[in-house]
This record gives sequence, structure tokens and C-alpha cells, in this order.
Amino acid sequence: MDILDARGLSCPEPVIMIKKAMESCEDAYEIIVDNAVSRENVTRFAEHNGYSVRITEKAGEYTLAITR
Amino acid sequence: MKENIRLTRLASCAGCGAKVGAGMLSKLLKGFETHYDPKLLVGYDTSDDASVYVINESTAIVQTTDFFPPIADDPFLYGQIAAANALSDVYAMGAEPKLALNIMCLADGMDKETVQEILRGGYSKAYEAGVIISGGHTINSGEPVYGLAVTGFVHPERVLRNVGARPGDRLILTKPLGIGVLTTAAKADMVEKPVMAKVYAQMTELNRYARDVMTGYEVHACTDVTGFALLGHGLEMAQGSGCSIYLEAAAIPYHREAYELASMGFVPAGAYRNREFAEPGVWAAEGITRAMMDILYDPQTSGGLLISLPESAAADCLAKLKAELEYAEIIGCVGQQAEYSIYIE
Repeated sequence: MDILDARGLSCPEPVIMIKKAMESCEDAYEIIVDNAVSRENVTRFAEHNGYSVRITEKAGEYTLAITR
Repeated sequence: MKENIRLTRLASCAGCGAKVGAGMLSKLLKGFETHYDPKLLVGYDTSDDASVYVINESTAIVQTTDFFPPIADDPFLYGQIAAANALSDVYAMGAEPKLALNIMCLADGMDKETVQEILRGGYSKAYEAGVIISGGHTINSGEPVYGLAVTGFVHPERVLRNVGARPGDRLILTKPLGIGVLTTAAKADMVEKPVMAKVYAQMTELNRYARDVMTGYEVHACTDVTGFALLGHGLEMAQGSGCSIYLEAAAIPYHREAYELASMGFVPAGAYRNREFAEPGVWAAEGITRAMMDILYDPQTSGGLLISLPESAAADCLAKLKAELEYAEIIGCVGQQAEYSIYIE
């Protein structure tokens, strides 16, 4: 699984990135964002599509483990 | 005009979503020396829409400015929206705008035709409002910006402030919410053209018509719902009035498409800032969804008026508003000050 790097991007770009990735219909994705707005919005998108999200924070960067 | 320029791509945030948060603003402005003048009827203290200064017993001058980065790719539309939004602060005071100055920043990649179209949009709205654009200032900058500084007039006893709501009042909202979500999603090409056409039409609509109707009634308080969202501006109205506001979620007009897009994560950064500012004063019933709260915190550009008026006048005022403005609704009421400033059920 590739880790999607959405650092340096502001919304809606990270959501578009995960949306495009999810077109492959896999069971798990991982994405790194560097702001709270992107963390919240990517979480909303994943949950809206039936995935659950686990978030870990390190030095202001958030890694979202998205699974179903 | 070159078709490949996407104005909104030249900006990092759209419209009133670019606004600095309310909490941050009051911190920035703290502690400065200012002159006291009894003729200044409305100043910084209540975070109102415009300042009001009495000239004589029948005239007060109303001043405001508003500008922001592109909220639409069409430069003419952008100019119209920016101007309607700037003029709105004057209408929200119950006043009549008369003069305006252009405020403009040009970014690399904007050709002459694009700049002219933005200005043409601004002039067209000013003309519709009976306002003369008498000058302005334009600079080169990193991102495009356009807006107006507006001067208007009002009778000193007819000033409508964002405070003064009384228990028993009804609250009317004149335009539907969801603008920030929809313009954010439009950047990702997630909104169909007819929907955006409807949204742009709403944003270019002057609040003049709502003002004309409302000034025929005994209005206790009024503000326009813009960057701080319904809940941010509502909080300022409730706290400034020493009351609590009770909103009925099911009665609040909003774009249905925005609800779906908010639940998909197309929520602008401004909505999170607004939530951070207002949330401590807001109580929401359990059944209110996260997407609905996103819409209530969604920054609006050229949003509608939030009008607080006596219950006896509310139905009549709404009926008159609806003749011109189909989305206007009574969205709640005002009560005695309680633990929270805003209750949503």
C-alpha cells in the first residue's frame, strides 16, 4: 500500500487526493496531512464512504489509517 | 478573455472564508488608545457590520469595507459578488449606501481583460444600488483581491444594530446557507453547473430588497450572515443583546447539495475557525448531525440578513420578504439569557 502524502496541501486538495485513490476500491489506505482542517475533512470523506479512520499525530503531522 | 485562467486557483481561500477568525480579531485589537466621541453611535465594541457616526439630528454616516480573494472563476461574477457583499454591511445597518471606493490587488497571471471584468462586475452592482464609485486603490500582490469601502447614510434613530434583540422576538434569515461548502467543493469540480448558477445568483443579489421590507417594521436587531457563519454572527447578536437565541434546525434554509458535500469533507477552513470561536456558547440537541453543524458554521459570502423582530410583526414581514426572496424563513426565536447563547433543536 502506498502512503498518500498530502502535506503542504490545503482543502479541498487532500480530499480530492483520497477520493481519487479510493476509486481503486481497496480495503485500506494511509494518508499524511499537516493541518487539522485536512485531518477532519479526509476523515469525513472516509467515514462517508463506509471506512473507519485511526489518526496518529507526530510533530503537527497526522497519519490517517483508513480501513473497512 | 483567456478561458484557461481559473481565478479561484490563484487564491488559497475563497470569499468570506478568508476572513480572520472573530476570536483572533478581538485579540489583535485589544488595548489600543482610541478617542471617545458620543457621536460615534456604533464602533468596534459590539463587532457590528459597519461604524456609524452622527453628523446632525437627521443624518448619520455609515462606513464599512469588505474585500476577499476570488470566489468564482468568472471575473464579472466575482466582481458582482464582492460588491454585493461589501454593500450588504450598509443594508444590514438599515442604511442607504451612496459612495464607494474600489480596493483591488492584482496577481501575476491576470490579464487586462480579467481585471476589467472584475471591475465591471463591481460597477454594475454599485449602479444597481444607486452607489457612485468615486475612486479606489490598486496594488500588485500575491493573490487577487477585490472589494469596496462603502459610505452610506441613515437617520440616527433608525440605525439597526447587531444587538438589541429582545426575548420574544422572532428571527428571520433571508438567504439559504451552504455557500462556503459549495464554493469549496466547486474548486474540486464536485458541484454541477446549475447548482453553482443558483448559488452565484444568490451571492450577487443585493440585500437592499430585504432592507426595504425590514425597515417597514419595528426591527430590534439585524446583521448580515457572512464570514462568521450563522452561529458566529448569531452568537454576537445573542451576547451583545444579553439574550439567548433558540434555533429550529429544520426551519433553517440551506442548500441541500451542501449537506451532502459537507458530510463528504468539503468543509472550508473558515467553518472550523468559526466552530472554534462559537462552540463554547452553542448547545445542540443530540439529533443534529455533524453535516448540519458544518452548515451552521459555514462562512457565507454575501449572505442574507438575520433579522430580530417582535413576534407580532414576524409573519407579516416574512410574507412580504417571500414575495421577493423565496428562501426567507423564520428560523427561531429569542429568549431570556440562559446558560448557552445559542440553542439548536
